[in-house]
Amino acid sequence: MTRLITSGFSHFILFIGILIMIVPVWMIFASSTHTGLTINTHGLQMFLGDSFYENYMRVLLYQGGFFKEITALKMFLNSFIMATGVAILSVITSLMAAYALVYYRTKYATLLFWIIFVTILVPLELRIFPTYSVMAELNLVNSYFGLIVPISASAIATLFFRQFYKTVPDELLESAKLDGANTWRFFVDFLVPLSKTMIVAMLIFMFVFGYNQYLWPLLVTSSEQYWTVVMGLKMMSGSIVHRFAFVMMSMVPPILIIIVLQKHFIKGVFQDK
Amino acid sequence: MSFLDLKNVTKIYPNGTKAVHETSLSVDEGEFMVFVGPSGCGKSTLLRMVAGLEDITEGDINLDGQLINEVDPSERDVAMVFQNYALYPHMNVYNNLAYGLKNRGIDKETIEQKVNDAAKLLQISDFLQRKPSMLSGGQRQRVAMGRAIVRNPKIFLFDEPLSNLDAKLRIQMRLEIKKLQQKVGVTSIFVTHDQVEAMTLADRLAVINNGIIEQLGTPIEIYNNPESLFVAGFIGSPQMNFLDANLNNKTLSAENFEIKNIDSDYNGEVTLGIRPEHLIESENGLINLKVELVEQLGSDNLVYGQIKNIKDFCYRSPGNQTIKRGDTLSLNIEENKYYIFDKSTGKRVN
Ligand SMILES: Nc1ncnc2c1ncn2[C@@H]1O[C@H](COP(=O)(O)OP(=O)(O)O)[C@@H](O)[C@H]1O
Ligand SMILES: [Mg+2]
Repeated sequence: MTRLITSGFSHFILFIGILIMIVPVWMIFASSTHTGLTINTHGLQMFLGDSFYENYMRVLLYQGGFFKEITALKMFLNSFIMATGVAILSVITSLMAAYALVYYRTKYATLLFWIIFVTILVPLELRIFPTYSVMAELNLVNSYFGLIVPISASAIATLFFRQFYKTVPDELLESAKLDGANTWRFFVDFLVPLSKTMIVAMLIFMFVFGYNQYLWPLLVTSSEQYWTVVMGLKMMSGSIVHRFAFVMMSMVPPILIIIVLQKHFIKGVFQDK
Repeated sequence: MSFLDLKNVTKIYPNGTKAVHETSLSVDEGEFMVFVGPSGCGKSTLLRMVAGLEDITEGDINLDGQLINEVDPSERDVAMVFQNYALYPHMNVYNNLAYGLKNRGIDKETIEQKVNDAAKLLQISDFLQRKPSMLSGGQRQRVAMGRAIVRNPKIFLFDEPLSNLDAKLRIQMRLEIKKLQQKVGVTSIFVTHDQVEAMTLADRLAVINNGIIEQLGTPIEIYNNPESLFVAGFIGSPQMNFLDANLNNKTLSAENFEIKNIDSDYNGEVTLGIRPEHLIESENGLINLKVELVEQLGSDNLVYGQIKNIKDFCYRSPGNQTIKRGDTLSLNIEENKYYIFDKSTGKRVN
């Protein structure tokens, strides 16, 4: 009986928590489907209005920025390219870095690992100016390369892959070697497929990380052509309903990625069992 | 030169452990060699040096006329079956078997042919599409064997492949491995700590102790003629009985009996070894055994008892006899079926 009460109580708390998180989002969404006039005169709305199509289409196609040459659609494309690039590049580099750390038992492997580890403690913002000047020297400002590459070395992903590789039994490597697998084949035929679940998790994680970047893209792009969604959120001007609509749309790509990849994530977990 | 030749092979691990002392050994083509010894004696280390999974500190290993010290394991053309099988968890059985062939650039049809042949031989054809996690212990064992066989390597290496199986399956697989090896005819080295396994499988066996081969020979040679106390105690089940004794002028005096006309010039303290199965009951026997425990195995009985101060002396009696706790048996040693070892060095002296 007491268990039922505590369980009921904790569910109640969780429910309140969900409400606190969901209601504001819902209010923004509901409000974004009204006209600006309604919001200005009656405040935020709890129920859907009938200007959804009109508001959202205008936001997507409106030519914004100082030079009126960037649309929300283009920002979404930029953000998608940047986030995907960061996700893929950081997963590839982390996989290979972890491989080197675990399987090439040099004297320096531990030292190297700790150096990589320490970078977790150093926020991106701390190195942002030197990184910028490197990019500027290389003439990579205002390019996707400049947006993606400097933030694509992930110590956290490397750490995760390293810990996973350490749980792979040595016999597997030995057995593969005797079966004629060289270093590269062992990586491609064994470690990559075995880390599938973790790769998917890291892809999601790094996609969201890349998508959410604000300061770096702000710094490394001066051309409006490279604006990202998160930058756009800050730069948006115009009616409040249009800004709401943009906010709502900005949430879609990360959620979509999670939904799409989650399937593989769960499938991977079940297959490994 | 033999098919596999080890010359003064030594292994010192980076932490200073000397796991294998200067060891020389030859294995003939098609021979089934067994390394047997207690846990930690260096059997696996020796095997892994042949496979190329451990560096050789000193000495030479020749395989099929080629010095392989510096040859990468992937180039040695050896196959190994590990204790935990080390199957590839993310590949189905077919791909587990096919993987080594693919790496050698063999074409698809040939691979399919070979995999199917090996699968049939090992009766795993029905599981080819399954992942290893969906197989029983015995089936995994077969897949591990199949992975070795399918490549038709120069040599099979087995590192205690049966120790993860239950007793019944272990005996069954032991038999199958032997049959399979005879059929395929591939040179094999099999590592085990189980002397019964060693005796039943080996064409020749190497008894290893503390990184040294104590004795090398056919199972029956080693059983009949152990050259050291260690080998005598290790090979044979139940274990050989050991008694302290003195040897002087060809006369052996144990606690309460004597044996005359011993074929040895050694004088001094010795250990006398008698196998339980080399005792026979007879009137006025040498040894009086006070029975404490009888294990009835059906075909025979294992009788444990006391001779004066010596405890747990074992005698294997025919199964049709009824022996009870508290009986006193009068036993003789079968003609010349005793072993005398120098007490300090453990070397055989008769
Ligand atoms: N990687 C290693 N580093 C240091 N010592 C080791 C290593 N592997 C094994 N040894 C030591 O070498 C000896 C022989 O080991 P091993 O060949 O595994 O024995 P066995 O297979 O006969 O049980 C043991 O004393 C063991 O502790
Ligand atoms: Mg071992």
